[in-house]
Amino acid sequence: MIELRYFAWLRERVGTGHETVETGATTVAELIEELKARDEGYAFAFSDLKAIRAAVDQDLVDLDAPIAGAREVAFFPPMTGG
Amino acid sequence: MPEIIVQSDTFDMGERLNRFAARQANAGAVVSFSGIVRDVATGDLDAMEIEHYPGMTEKALAKIADEAMSRWQLADAFILHRYGRMGQGETIMMVATASRHRADAFAAAEFLMDYLKSRAPFWKKEITGEGAAWVAARDEDEDALARWQQR
Repeated sequence: MIELRYFAWLRERVGTGHETVETGATTVAELIEELKARDEGYAFAFSDLKAIRAAVDQDLVDLDAPIAGAREVAFFPPMTGG
Repeated sequence: MPEIIVQSDTFDMGERLNRFAARQANAGAVVSFSGIVRDVATGDLDAMEIEHYPGMTEKALAKIADEAMSRWQLADAFILHRYGRMGQGETIMMVATASRHRADAFAAAEFLMDYLKSRAPFWKKEITGEGAAWVAARDEDEDALARWQQR
């Protein structure tokens, strides 16, 4: 079981800020493919991968990063702090 | 140890800066930067809303501050960033650096800002008479990081 978090417009498009899923994915990118296959909302939210950033256990990672043993994976658009 | 504060409350940047400067007995140079909510091009900004990722935010800011401490000869660094709803003219965030040398203090403050803009999990949303819209990340912000990566 892995905890998923969504932020900003990704959260709005997915329709929730967090959920727990069972996944066979080994990388962030594979997890995204699983989510996209779920329904149109997820497919739309993740349609432009260039606009997606991910964090595994609260560390920013590339989309090809492994998720083995991860407790929490988060998805969000490019950050706009400052 | 750099001090990192993430809060929704307003703050007094002058008071924060004075407090930071008062701690720097060994550093003759203190540099600070503050970000303030500005109006949008259409001139009808009602408010700015900032979402963040509790937990990761503090971790990411601490990592950025530690990186600055190791790259430059800094005596100290300070980052305060707000989240939640704020009105025009309100202070969103500030950074401050202290060093024996002003060049290090300036460079480190700029580094903190460049990294914080695109590596700390904050997302801005502008609320206007037209509705609410997420602020898009700018390519220049990402490009700004490249110059620090060559070192």
